[in-house]
Amino acid sequence: MADSNQKPTKNVFVTVGTTSFDDLIKTVCSENLIEVFRELGYSKILLQIGRGEYEPPVLQSDDFCVEYYRLKPSISEDVSSADLIISHAGAGSVLEAMGAKKPLIVVINDSLMGNHQVELAYQLYKDGHLYYGTCCELKNLLRTVDLRKLKPLEPGRPEKFGAFLDQVMGIS
Amino acid sequence: MASSDSMSEYKIRELEQGITESKHTYTITKVPRSREVRQAWFTTVFTTLYAALYSFPVVFKSRPDLILCNGPGTCIPLCVAGFILRVLGVKRVQIVYVESMCRVETLSLSAKILYYFADHLLVQWPSLQHKYPRTRYIGRIV
Repeated sequence: MADSNQKPTKNVFVTVGTTSFDDLIKTVCSENLIEVFRELGYSKILLQIGRGEYEPPVLQSDDFCVEYYRLKPSISEDVSSADLIISHAGAGSVLEAMGAKKPLIVVINDSLMGNHQVELAYQLYKDGHLYYGTCCELKNLLRTVDLRKLKPLEPGRPEKFGAFLDQVMGIS
Repeated sequence: MASSDSMSEYKIRELEQGITESKHTYTITKVPRSREVRQAWFTTVFTTLYAALYSFPVVFKSRPDLILCNGPGTCIPLCVAGFILRVLGVKRVQIVYVESMCRVETLSLSAKILYYFADHLLVQWPSLQHKYPRTRYIGRIV
């Protein structure tokens, strides 16, 4: 009998940029969180672990898989094939997710001193573009937030900067 | 760019390959980073002076019309060199600094240092422009 109930796979992409964020990787790969991802219908977690020391156990089963890599010249392919992005608060990662119009949860790295990156996550959260929290709050966030409520972020306008520079240099 | 920055070099070469005008040339010069992430501030004094030894000749030799930078601290010795050229009357070097989009409520240390030196200090959130009146906000650039 043909399986007419095949669900499309839902993917999670976790990214920490060029930083090291072992707490996030460990949290995402913990049994607790894997259970939550399963409940929510996700079947694949791809982690980009940057310079982190902790290497998660690779999991390949019929209905769920966990893979990771350290760095790639561009993460745009992994971003665009994800249904949910979980990222550190780095501007590059946040903007990449925003640019691809993907639901984003930003996880703040508590261990960083003078963590100004929180400013950006907090502002974009206030403006309704993403959710954010700490590693400890991630499980609860995943269970409670409605990703459909997130608004896409309007892209920046680099041409304005070009025009500004032309004016400064007396070219326009 | 900072000598430890391999990603930016890759991105620049990728971008330049897409530009086909024949008069268009570019060079990439690498200078030591003034401060690594989480480096102690005391040792930063020495690494910045070391970076200046490399950065000053680069600017003095090329005498740019415009120094365009976005921090972190690697740009400071280059901007100081540009400022020196201007003060000595050698070249009217314009310094334009673009603050990171991450900076919503507070200026980075690089921006604070350049606050009175740069000709134009662009921020990407209006809240910052209100707090620091010498900055300019022309909308989000990235």
